[in-house]
Amino acid sequence: MNAEQEAAGSSLPEPMVQRPGPEANLLIRGAELLDPVAGIEGAHDVLIRDGAIAELGDAGSIEADGAEVIEAQGLHVFPAFFDPHVHLRTPGQEYKEDIETGSRSAAAGGYAGILAMANTSPPVSTPAQIEALRARAGVVASVPVGFLATVTRDMKGEELTDMAELRASGAVGFTDDGLPIASPRILRRALQYQSMCGGTVALHEEDPELSGKGVMHEGDVSLELGLRGVPSISESVMISRDAAIAGYEDGAIQIQHLSAIESIEAIRRAKADGVKITCEVTPHHLVLTDGAVRSLDASRHKMNPPLRGEADREALIEALIDGTIDCIATDHAPHASHEKEVPYEAANMGVTGLETAFSSLYTHLVEPGRISLSLLVEKLGSGGPPFGIDPFTLKPGSRANLCLVDLEAEWTVGEDGYESRSSNSWCAGETQRGRVLVTLADGQVAYRLRSFSLGVAS
Amino acid sequence: MKHLLSVSDLDRESIEELLEQADGFAEVARRDIKKVPTLRGRTVVTLFYEASTRTSSSFELAAKRLSADVVSVKAPGSSVEKGESLKDTVETLSAYSPSAIVIRHPQAGAARMLTDWVDSSVINAGDGMHQHPTQALLDLFALRNRIGSIEGKRIWIVGDVLHSRVARSNIQAFQMMGAEVTIAGPPTLIPRGIESTGCRVRHSLDDLGEADVIYLLRMQKERMEESFVPSIREYARLFQVNSRRLGPRQLVMHPGPVNRGVEIGADVIDSDRSLITDQVASGLAVRMAVLYQLLTRADGGTDGSPGPVPIGEPA
Repeated sequence: MNAEQEAAGSSLPEPMVQRPGPEANLLIRGAELLDPVAGIEGAHDVLIRDGAIAELGDAGSIEADGAEVIEAQGLHVFPAFFDPHVHLRTPGQEYKEDIETGSRSAAAGGYAGILAMANTSPPVSTPAQIEALRARAGVVASVPVGFLATVTRDMKGEELTDMAELRASGAVGFTDDGLPIASPRILRRALQYQSMCGGTVALHEEDPELSGKGVMHEGDVSLELGLRGVPSISESVMISRDAAIAGYEDGAIQIQHLSAIESIEAIRRAKADGVKITCEVTPHHLVLTDGAVRSLDASRHKMNPPLRGEADREALIEALIDGTIDCIATDHAPHASHEKEVPYEAANMGVTGLETAFSSLYTHLVEPGRISLSLLVEKLGSGGPPFGIDPFTLKPGSRANLCLVDLEAEWTVGEDGYESRSSNSWCAGETQRGRVLVTLADGQVAYRLRSFSLGVAS
Repeated sequence: MKHLLSVSDLDRESIEELLEQADGFAEVARRDIKKVPTLRGRTVVTLFYEASTRTSSSFELAAKRLSADVVSVKAPGSSVEKGESLKDTVETLSAYSPSAIVIRHPQAGAARMLTDWVDSSVINAGDGMHQHPTQALLDLFALRNRIGSIEGKRIWIVGDVLHSRVARSNIQAFQMMGAEVTIAGPPTLIPRGIESTGCRVRHSLDDLGEADVIYLLRMQKERMEESFVPSIREYARLFQVNSRRLGPRQLVMHPGPVNRGVEIGADVIDSDRSLITDQVASGLAVRMAVLYQLLTRADGGTDGSPGPVPIGEPA
């Protein structure tokens, strides 16, 4: 918890909600552990008792003593991932996704915590809505889910929501994601108010005037395709503006889905100036560039912010390595096929990502040697701290939030369908390496790959 | 070649071939009986989601002159108005087993999408600001008939290049045939980075005298409201091509419809230096050639209908 949240009192509800379930009793035998934050690595046995990590020991040293055994030689165990940016589409658009399918999708991707955005239909702007969502998650969510509320009432950008009451009802933070907060005055007021009630404000940064009717990155490819472009400066000028406001008010902001070189520079300057600014990048911006849009396949390649140039992609990877970028967030944005199988300009923006975040980045960045496995695991797991939520760890005594991964496994994205209700994956049909076999979320077995059976109890 | 979606689907050789084919069809058009039986028994669907006079009428007539059965669908008055999606509309029309679908759509990539949904040949008659390949072909045809080869000729494309599918197609086509292309217009209407396509860029008409051919683009009134230009009056003053700006040997082209007195002076439109009517006439022959090439030469595209009948046999 950060200082503001402590100041706001310990009476705030637990930020994350999951359905009740049996506590796991498991012995994972001989897996390669990797917890970059705690500095745990090497082959170990992991004993999980009553949903908590009871003991780590040398490979082959721990007795199962009634716990279910997973023979995991050659497999890896990481602290589970945390995604601070997903769209669960409920209420109102359950034909795309809901809490049940979205959290299952997260579990299948190795996540044990996700934060749901508030741009639903209607947007999540009242304490009653937060309470209803949390109640629902308490029945159906495979992994703990936290909910953000909108900054402005119904995302109209005009009046603040009842931020203090929303916090008291369980809102983890605030965001008008999907839209920028166009008015600097509104953002300033929200950050002033934040100093009383807490709750990081997550910002979707684009200047609506500069974005105009743009549908892809402004560059050589938009020129060639005759598609209206969104210039990189649309994002960076808003980041600069909002960093200045946050610096002035000492407010905490999370910059969502960074895409451009200019934006990275703006964040570096703000961090150097001591602004409480954190930021995230998506897997698709780390892997794809605007060249992919030549496919005109909106299902895979249309999102906001748009895929940018190769220099931007390289700069994002560098910023991830040097720590400018705090975490990886999928911006999991499910859409139905009828919203995507239309001409590119008419299609909805957004792609799914929860089930492929690890495998896509392992395949495209770790295997070619661009980033280390340790960095990938760390950045997939560091989405909580910007919102005052501690990262997961494999340290004994912790709740079991971990994933078991087979780095050697090759699989084709979408071949067995998706846990998500939607199939607009940016890497559909791609053969990737690295597959999540089992996910434990707050002590429960939240996911196991169908073809992977746990060993018999010994 | 099964589809014609973009000028990039062509090369110099296939363009030459199409233009020669078009010569043959232009000859047919001068006969008393202007119809040939080439596509007898085939169906051509034209699907227009945008207003069009020249393109839709010339495609329809081209298909009819080749003896195809033609179904013309225009968005106004069709199920499109009732909210039917492009995919559903196209699948409905596919039930007639057309050999070709000619589509114009306000959004880029619409023609390409059809190729995933249907077995027919797909001809792009304009998709958003992306491509309009048959326009480029008919422009090449009209130019060739007036001046022969355009190898080494200087062609200036003047006006709203940013919003123009014609400019995108024609830059490619003119360069493919060996011309040197210069783009001229206010910076707000010239796409950033267009130099990468090998064009020169000018923001005035001072050097217009060097051009052999001046290709004007339509200047839409809405561009003023969107702050692309301060006023149509100032645009006309800076970029209008009129008889005062035009040298005696320079030719003027325009894809139509023209805004008299905006991008082009009325005195130029009606002068012998204007190729505008030649362009319209070329559209018919070129579109016949495109239909002929795609529907009789498509690899594996035959659907059991009668094979090609040589040109020259009256229907």
